[in-house]
Amino acid sequence: MSATDLSVFGRPNDRLRRRRIVNRGVEVIAWAAAAVGVALLGILVGYVAQNGASKLNLSLFTNPGTPDAVTSVPQGLANAFAGSLVIVGIATAMALPFGILVAIYVSEFAPRAIKGFVNLVLDVVAGIPAIVVAIFVYGLVEVGHGQTGLAASFALAVIMLPFVARSTIEILALVPNSLREAGLGLGVPRWRTTVGVVLPQAIGGILTGSVLAIARVAGETAPVLILTSLVGQGIAWNPLHPLWTVPLAIYELSESGLPNDRATAWAGAFVLIMFILVVSLTARWFAARSRRKLGRSA
Amino acid sequence: MSALETTDATRRPFSGRRVRFGDTLLQVVAGSAAVVIAVIVGLIAYELFQGAHLSISTYGLGFFTHNIWDPVKDHYAVGVFLFGTVVTSVGALVLATPLALAIALFLSELAPGWLRGIVGALVETLAAIPSVVIGLWGIVVLVPLMHDHIDPALNSTLGWIPLFGPSTGGANYFTAIVVLTLMITPIIASLSRELFLGVPRELKEAALGLGTTRWEMVRGVILPYTRGGVTAAMILGLGRALGEAIAVSQVVGGGTIISANLFSQGDTMGSKIATQFLNSASTLEKSSLVYLGLILLVSSLGVNLLAQLIVRRSSRRLSGG
Amino acid sequence: MTEVVSESSSIEPTVRVETKRQPLPPKERLETVFEITDLEALYGSKAALKGVSLEVYKNLVTAIIGPSGCGKSTFIRCLNRMNDLVPSFTQEGTIRYHGYDIRAAGVDSVAVRRTIGMVFQRPNPFPKSIYDNVAWGLKVLGMKDGLKDRVEKALTQAALWDEVKDRLKTNALGLSGGQQQRLCIARTIAVEPDVVLMDEPASALDPIATQKIEELMHNLKSEYTFVIVTHNMQQAARVADMTAFFSISRGEEGHRYGELIEYDATEKIFTAPSDKRTEDYVTGRFG
Repeated sequence: MSATDLSVFGRPNDRLRRRRIVNRGVEVIAWAAAAVGVALLGILVGYVAQNGASKLNLSLFTNPGTPDAVTSVPQGLANAFAGSLVIVGIATAMALPFGILVAIYVSEFAPRAIKGFVNLVLDVVAGIPAIVVAIFVYGLVEVGHGQTGLAASFALAVIMLPFVARSTIEILALVPNSLREAGLGLGVPRWRTTVGVVLPQAIGGILTGSVLAIARVAGETAPVLILTSLVGQGIAWNPLHPLWTVPLAIYELSESGLPNDRATAWAGAFVLIMFILVVSLTARWFAARSRRKLGRSA
Repeated sequence: MSALETTDATRRPFSGRRVRFGDTLLQVVAGSAAVVIAVIVGLIAYELFQGAHLSISTYGLGFFTHNIWDPVKDHYAVGVFLFGTVVTSVGALVLATPLALAIALFLSELAPGWLRGIVGALVETLAAIPSVVIGLWGIVVLVPLMHDHIDPALNSTLGWIPLFGPSTGGANYFTAIVVLTLMITPIIASLSRELFLGVPRELKEAALGLGTTRWEMVRGVILPYTRGGVTAAMILGLGRALGEAIAVSQVVGGGTIISANLFSQGDTMGSKIATQFLNSASTLEKSSLVYLGLILLVSSLGVNLLAQLIVRRSSRRLSGG
Repeated sequence: MTEVVSESSSIEPTVRVETKRQPLPPKERLETVFEITDLEALYGSKAALKGVSLEVYKNLVTAIIGPSGCGKSTFIRCLNRMNDLVPSFTQEGTIRYHGYDIRAAGVDSVAVRRTIGMVFQRPNPFPKSIYDNVAWGLKVLGMKDGLKDRVEKALTQAALWDEVKDRLKTNALGLSGGQQQRLCIARTIAVEPDVVLMDEPASALDPIATQKIEELMHNLKSEYTFVIVTHNMQQAARVADMTAFFSISRGEEGHRYGELIEYDATEKIFTAPSDKRTEDYVTGRFG
């Protein structure tokens, strides 16, 4: 009574053949899609490397550049690197303590309803476009006053915050509860257990989360375009004045028609990508390692 | 000094008040950080409303029904910017979704172990590339390529569709769509991959055990199972595309005309803010730009909320509800 | 109904059950479905099974028993090439289905699983409606004619129809464990396989649900061939015509693998086993 077609093992019947062709077709499409994805990355990085690496020399790092310049003076990006360093550095100093504190609150103290609410708020902030954050900070701080690097740092900090908080929450969740209970069992107050035991355990993951957030905002252009773009000549370090930054340099130089400017833009893009890639890959590798270590100590 | 040196506790057991103060302090400090963030969100909404107030009271909803941006006449409306935002974002979603889902299927079902990690890492690296670099590549490489080869080719073969009309410049809606596709594909792909990997093994075995091919199993088990999550991932990708200002401003052409032709120069809300904000002449123009920002804020919030709702609804369905 | 009682046996059976089993037909009338020769199953470099040879006969219930870790699940999953899904799995030896090597070059595992179905240890209905759970496989495999009737027939044969006929469109996950497992059985037999493999189908179920499934097997024996893995000796004694006893052996370097110890009519295994290890197991002395 069964529909056994023994020839099925030797010669597939027609319907099976058709189904196998469809299956194979989909497999081919999936392989092709993966190839396209990898190729796109290769093309992008390839172009940047090819055009940027050639212009890579010391003067890029020592000579300042002038945005929107019509000049025959060789352009470097020294002031852009300096400004990025200062602005991203300050942003990190703002975002890190805040993000970690929020994570501590959510992970160690918050009742369930509030936990959900704060997570929602973090998701909301993460979803706000950078350009909107930029005009928000402008309205808050710069209206009628003038640009500062500090304002840009604040905007970047707002963007970084959800990343730092979320990755810290994740890593704190991995710290085994037995550690917290051990502290409590010894009569150690909650805050000392948190600060002295839980946090140090999680420090690896927290650092990697922060580093990834830094890599993320190092390339953010919208906030620095709105908030710190009217820069002067020469290398500047004072965050109370507008400072040039690498992503803004790339943006402005890319719009210029001069081939020299374009070359400088490629070079800047190359350094930026290299920085982001190296930092991201190292951070992820560290994260995987610390996750494994935490898992084993559980 | 590690917290486990309990000299305090042993020397002064049950010193309740001191001990609880430290706890309370930490809780208050950490809690206020959380409060500050919520306040910031409120502030953002408030600031944008304030900034847009002049334009809102001048134009009201008429802002949405006209297409004009004239600093000379000091008259503004959202017209082409809203159109451009919708066209480029939806277009990018249409192109990115099949590509991303195919990549996610590859990574979860087809790739041999060693290839899985490499390709996965490469796709995520694509997400890490800053938009300004993609925009730079767009200006120097993509725009000429579009203008010289791709736009004319599409026009000659598919020109009967109004979407693919004649092309006057390589910087147009279509190029912006391509750039946005590049940016949102990795997001959708890695979220979907996680979802596909999360389908319980016994469900997949149940399907294969009946004598179905791998693709039939994907279509009958994996895709329905992950339907909610994948939709949410798509919506998140859409949100990302909506908010992208920089790369789009570099390749969209800065046009002002609403047209079905994807090869015409266009503009989006984010891009207009980016290019015009510091150059705005009048307070009304600046306020109108903030109005654009407000629309972007509301859209991205709405998108986020929608994604969350969908995820919640689908997880209820999967647990037998 | 006959009671399994030792006649002139050499052991005192600890397993006394009521069974509906009929005596086996004579050897000449038994048709071979599976011919397994020297099967060796490895995960990576570790062997899970070694040197298994036996024949499975048509329209009988064949039980695989043995202590945990003896490779019963691995064995049954070889029969429909389910182990192909495990990346590190390799196999030596042959499995012939009606004379055809199921792992021969031109053979598609999709076709193999079409005729050799499987019910799993824990019920795994699709998150679809009850109707769609049964109908999906039929649609995909091209058995769309008389779809509703086929679904009804499968659910009836799985002794589930009366309980669900008024709520076919409701989510299958709302059923009880026993009902879900019967749904999985219905799903499997709906596509009319030749053989139904069952990997401890009742281990996650209560005794009443278990009894329903055993009755089901007895009733459907005339249409299908059943191979069932069970860790419950009483179940094997109740339900199986032939029983294969696997156990764990130790090789050189001390690594453990599973091995077929004895394979015979159930009555013989439980009342007069030939191998001492079988005797120890069925009398409860170990395992």
